Amino acid sequence: MSKTIVRAVFLLSVISLTGCASLSIEPWVKPYERQNLADPIMSASRHPIANKHVAHVLDGREAARGAEGAEGGGCGCN
Amino acid sequence: MQKEQKVVVVVVTKLNSMQKMKVRCLSVLKFVVSLSLSLSIALGVVLNISSSQAAVLGADRVDVLYHSYEGGGMKIDGPSILLRKKATESVSITAYYYLDSISSASVDVLSTASAYTEERNEGQLGIEYLHEKTIMSFNVRQSDEDDYFAQSLSFNVSHDTFGDLTNISMGFSYGDNDIKRNGDEIFEEESQQYRIRAGINQILTRNLTASLSIEAIADDGYLNNPYRTVRYLDNSTPSGVGYQSEIYPQTRNSFATKLSASYYLPYRAALFFHYRYFSDSWEIKSSDVELGYRHPIGDAFELELKLRYYQQSQADFYSDLFAYKDAQNYLARDKELSDFDNMTIGFGITYSLPDSLSFGSSRSEASLQWDYIDFSYNNFRNPLDEGGVGNESLYGFSANVIRAFYSVYF
Repeated sequence: MSKTIVRAVFLLSVISLTGCASLSIEPWVKPYERQNLADPIMSASRHPIANKHVAHVLDGREAARGAEGAEGGGCGCN
Repeated sequence: MQKEQKVVVVVVTKLNSMQKMKVRCLSVLKFVVSLSLSLSIALGVVLNISSSQAAVLGADRVDVLYHSYEGGGMKIDGPSILLRKKATESVSITAYYYLDSISSASVDVLSTASAYTEERNEGQLGIEYLHEKTIMSFNVRQSDEDDYFAQSLSFNVSHDTFGDLTNISMGFSYGDNDIKRNGDEIFEEESQQYRIRAGINQILTRNLTASLSIEAIADDGYLNNPYRTVRYLDNSTPSGVGYQSEIYPQTRNSFATKLSASYYLPYRAALFFHYRYFSDSWEIKSSDVELGYRHPIGDAFELELKLRYYQQSQADFYSDLFAYKDAQNYLARDKELSDFDNMTIGFGITYSLPDSLSFGSSRSEASLQWDYIDFSYNNFRNPLDEGGVGNESLYGFSANVIRAFYSVYF
């Protein structure tokens, strides 16, 4: 399992470090085609203060932690 | 001849030790390289999850929030404020304050102790620096309770690349905690936490983005709750049950992977999805999946719906009822470490205030969010129930979580 993760990470690393140049891939969504993605309704961090509270509520009641994104980061409580 | 043999033996021994050293160096190098490569794909989700454009600092805004959690005998509420302001074109400052006023009469408090009230204050200060397509941020945090004092700092960096279609990120945090026990002046423990994370966010089509984030967390020190006890069968007591303090391992390592996607629907609405898998060295494994939907109504309103399901397995040293005292090296009866699942249904509404109700030239929004969470425990019984020791009904409860907040963009 961990070897698979390391290999996947390695592959992604190579792709990201070379900017996909070695694979001859061009960015396929042009800047002028991104107006839908730039719409505020698509923003996962549209309400950052609410996201922080959700993360805090779950952090204190579930064993899972990590990979929450910017608004997570631990409870700091008992 | 003997001398030659000795020389050969010495040479072979040296070669062997050199080979061993080489192998050791190679494994260290392999680890460092894989860690560096892991980090190199990082840079992204942590700071700028929704980076659908070139790197930009977040908008200047202030959010004032009232939060409330009520369920399972717990009532927690309080205010929170978040401020973000650009100091220059490339530097932004954030400040955050959060208060929990806690009134607790939960099932494990009522079965072995008395209801209590307490407060938790949390403050954070952060700075973000934008340089071309890279954002770096540094954040300090402090949380203070009567019996728990936590400080942490974190550093994150994110970078847009590949025609700004890809955002990669990485970050790390360090936290230090001082743990006390109310009513016990001598008790003093501490723990440390180390976090390292990475992420990649990718625009896949003009309507779809996806991100992958990973985070490893290592804890070291006193990880118990100093008040909580486990129960065990004890025929020497009239109730047939005895109690002793929990004992946890001094370390805990965990790893979480989260896959997220956001999709823009043709009639201007958004769908959100995420799946997270978590595992740790206490043998807890969990999965959570969430589906969200955001839908504008006219120019002024925006509705949000959310469904989330979470399930976890129990820690290998957890038991609802141990067979006897000191039954094993580590003992836990914290229901958060037990086998359980929960389901959340969430609803939110945001109202964009007209200019006449906003401050000056700023834009304002008022929002209300409500989550209903239903918890079902599969190996945690309610000791206050009838049925005899170990045969009580399985515990479950529901909670209502409310957030009312006002946001001003200036």
